[in-house]
Amino acid sequence: MSFTTRGFSGRRREENPRLPPGQTLFDDWPVLTAGPTPHVDTADWELTIQDETGTDHRWDWDGLLALGVEDVTVDIHCVTHWTKLDMAWRGVSLDKLFQDVESEHEFVMARSYGGYTTNLPLEDLLDGKAWIATEAEGDPLGPEHGGPARLLVPHLYFWKSAKWIRGLTMMADDEPGFWEQNGYHLYGDPWKEERYW
Amino acid sequence: MSAPPLTQLGRSRPQAAWHVATVAEVRRETSTAVRLTLDVPTWPGSEAGSHLDLRLTAPDGYQASRSYSIASSAPGGPVVLAVDELPDGEVSPFLVHEVRPGDQLEVHGPLGSFFVWRPGESDRPVQLVAGGSGVVPLYAIAAAHGAAGDTSPLRLLYSVRRPGDVLFADELAALRGPAFELELVYTREAPATWAGPVGRLDKEALAASTVAASARPRVYVCGSTRFVETIAAWLQDLGHAAADIRTERFGGL
Repeated sequence: MSFTTRGFSGRRREENPRLPPGQTLFDDWPVLTAGPTPHVDTADWELTIQDETGTDHRWDWDGLLALGVEDVTVDIHCVTHWTKLDMAWRGVSLDKLFQDVESEHEFVMARSYGGYTTNLPLEDLLDGKAWIATEAEGDPLGPEHGGPARLLVPHLYFWKSAKWIRGLTMMADDEPGFWEQNGYHLYGDPWKEERYW
Repeated sequence: MSAPPLTQLGRSRPQAAWHVATVAEVRRETSTAVRLTLDVPTWPGSEAGSHLDLRLTAPDGYQASRSYSIASSAPGGPVVLAVDELPDGEVSPFLVHEVRPGDQLEVHGPLGSFFVWRPGESDRPVQLVAGGSGVVPLYAIAAAHGAAGDTSPLRLLYSVRRPGDVLFADELAALRGPAFELELVYTREAPATWAGPVGRLDKEALAASTVAASARPRVYVCGSTRFVETIAAWLQDLGHAAADIRTERFGGL
């Protein structure tokens, strides 16, 4: 249980019910990345979903957009304690990508250009909960924010929203991705403060 | 969701947890930063380069948490932080101006096992590149390298605005030796005795003052997002492999 720090009263009284515990509202959009920023041209970009048979379901840039983009406005929560409310995104729902993918597996490893990985339960990607985002706040996603395309899974801490997404691999069992191997929580629910394990 | 077994992760490390910290010393480090030395009796130790979350609690239960790099790594020793005041910040102004010895606060950690350096892990040279207060975890690495007597070559390029902004200035100078080179870049103002140029790093200066890509150094870059984006891109232009470059950024663009 926590105790009081002498002399600290706090200045930002954020009573917003949309702010998960331990989070602070931010207006700007910090960048957190473990290595250099990959620069991927949309002409070279492709996304693959690999099912348990080893079959790759592939989309190039035009093929992705042809599935139909939608606008979503969501809050995002970073494990480093900042939250941005009402961010306007545009992207393709994972429901559309998974329409043609048959899989019995319940877990997914997201893989990025640059080598980043993060693990998610499949059910956290479906039913309107996740997108392959191509725009944010009215502009194409810049490379530092994961452009040309990143995963957007706003109900989990933002390290799950893999930048520079290039593939999803179906997994029978949950396995830790990059940050999960480096101390972050396997699931990452901001409302339960699942930051680290 | 349960934690994965450590064997699956290949390396055991201290479990991150909340700890009560007592402020042992507050020292003015620069015009905008203080060095906080914390006694944390339950602290399990941390690897050089890791960080922690620091939490302050107001009498009415309001809490504010922020992440800070750890400047120390000695097992069993105090936990040392250097906190630079952010204009309009909520936590850093309190730490810089209000906190005093004897105060208690909470820390959660140690956190991060990627942006860390481990003694004896590799014979490859190591290049550290710091922008401003990004030097904190890199100082921890340099100090751990020195304390371990590690002979792999270590080089720190440290960009600051002016001489008074150098964090851990005396400690870094004392670490200089056969296995540790320190190079400072002054972007606005240099010491009176300074013979080198004053101004922002450019790619040529970076190439001239860092371990060459042909020597395959492991590289750690820490600073503002703009600084890290720029340096990491130049390093790749100079032939360093992306996989050899680890970065830690703080703040927005």
